[in-house]
Amino acid sequence: MRSERYLPYLLLLPSIVFLAFFFAMPLAEAFWLALRAGEAGWSLENFRRMASDLYFGDAARNTLLLTAVVVPIQVVLALAMALLLGGVRQGRDVLLYIWSIPLGISDLAAGIVWLSIFTERGYLNSLLHALGLIDTPRLWLSYENPLGLFVSVAVAEVWRATAIVLVILVAGLQLIPKEYAEAAEVFGATAWQRFRRVTLPLLKPSLQTALILRTVLAFEVFAVVLTLTGRNLPVLAGEAYNWYAAYQVPGVAAAYAVLILGLSLAATWMYLRLVQVKPEVTTS
Amino acid sequence: MIRRVGLVLAVVLLSAWVLLPIYLIAVPSVSVRQSVYAWPKNFWPGEFSADTVRFFFSVEGVWKATRKSLVVAGITVLLSLLLGAPAGYALARYRFTGQNAYRLAILLTRAFPIVILSIPLAVRFIRLGMYDTPLAVALVHTALALPFAVLVSASLFVGIPRELEEAAWTLGCSRLQAFGRIVMPLALPGLAATGIFAFVTSWNEVFAASILTLRERTLPAFLLAVLGDAPLPFRFTGGFLLILPALVFMFAVRRYLFTLWGIASR
Repeated sequence: MRSERYLPYLLLLPSIVFLAFFFAMPLAEAFWLALRAGEAGWSLENFRRMASDLYFGDAARNTLLLTAVVVPIQVVLALAMALLLGGVRQGRDVLLYIWSIPLGISDLAAGIVWLSIFTERGYLNSLLHALGLIDTPRLWLSYENPLGLFVSVAVAEVWRATAIVLVILVAGLQLIPKEYAEAAEVFGATAWQRFRRVTLPLLKPSLQTALILRTVLAFEVFAVVLTLTGRNLPVLAGEAYNWYAAYQVPGVAAAYAVLILGLSLAATWMYLRLVQVKPEVTTS
Repeated sequence: MIRRVGLVLAVVLLSAWVLLPIYLIAVPSVSVRQSVYAWPKNFWPGEFSADTVRFFFSVEGVWKATRKSLVVAGITVLLSLLLGAPAGYALARYRFTGQNAYRLAILLTRAFPIVILSIPLAVRFIRLGMYDTPLAVALVHTALALPFAVLVSASLFVGIPRELEEAAWTLGCSRLQAFGRIVMPLALPGLAATGIFAFVTSWNEVFAASILTLRERTLPAFLLAVLGDAPLPFRFTGGFLLILPALVFMFAVRRYLFTLWGIASR
């Protein structure tokens, strides 16, 4: 059966061709778009226009700040949830289902959900009113309240996207043999010591995956921000959208896209270096 | 005992944190329209009414956008299964050179943001006369869903014993027959789950859909475009109706949650 040798390649071929056309090529084209300016040939004109735009500084700062605030919270929260799941005796599956629901909720829908809470006559103000803390609605999502805007978006992002970290960490925890923690317990390790010395080091590969994935997604935060703040809290992906759809300048939009890609790759590289996965602590 | 109480309390609080916002967005969607503007707001539905939902669908363009979303998601499901399942089968059944490189490339696709794909593809689709068509959007969504389809179906086929297939061969089945009669029926539920993941990916995606359409908008792209001007009941109901399929689908595929991230197969 000589043809057998080629069969796997034949089976992979359709997906490879597809991803070449719709993944690899656009990736290269984005650079091409960003580095061309009209007839002038290669230039950094698009990047210059991007950097000199009024919104650029704020967009870059907001995106980085949101990532820096949201991702650590999500990792800690997801870790706590994953460890809690380990201690639950009954209904673990139901709990896991409930906690992973946000995985299926789009960023747009999540933005709308939190809009209903933070809007002027929303649930937050109603709650504060019911508690007797305020008489008239407070404006959380106003242009004049940058902190309110930022916190709203951060809360919505934590609500929506912690589930993805949770699923990765739960899967990672399942790979750690129970015997390790039990052995540590026999030798008198406290719960905290078991977590710090046994679970956490063994969870490193999963933590690394979760951090990379979550950070890349955080850099392209878009619909949540648009829904809650309009353009009052500019972010990089939102600017890319504006330059393409509203200003109709694909070159500068592509420059934003390349910047987001650059940030994502830099973050990925950083996590690969910082969260070093030593061969002797991998579980497989 | 105190630890037990603390655990239960934490679990209840975290579950409320996840579920409460979904409940809160559901309330105005099933109440009369005026309740949205009420101050202070009710935390439970006053009187049930399909009024708001009817109003939502009566707005021009909503039905069309919903249909478009379903078409795009349908094509995405079909394409990612047709392209992804064979690759998954190859990864599960054969050892060949380049296998690890392929696996790594598939995993790497996740480190690239979708923003960078949409803009060049929009430019290309305009040149090809494919801009503003459901197929164009579905192709980009497939690029997002395909890596997952490959990984999930790979772990799926690993779980089906090779011996069953080999037995069918010795009994005179061809490779294709054995696949169709033995492997396929066993893989069907998992493949359905793979398809559902692809569906949700497409149903939820808003950036590429907004960039790639103008008049033929999908539901999320339509909602995003009119968001600034739309009245609150419209926005809330839109958000709620976007979430509803997600709840059903997450329930249907909860068993496959882990293979999705390619972790369990590590």
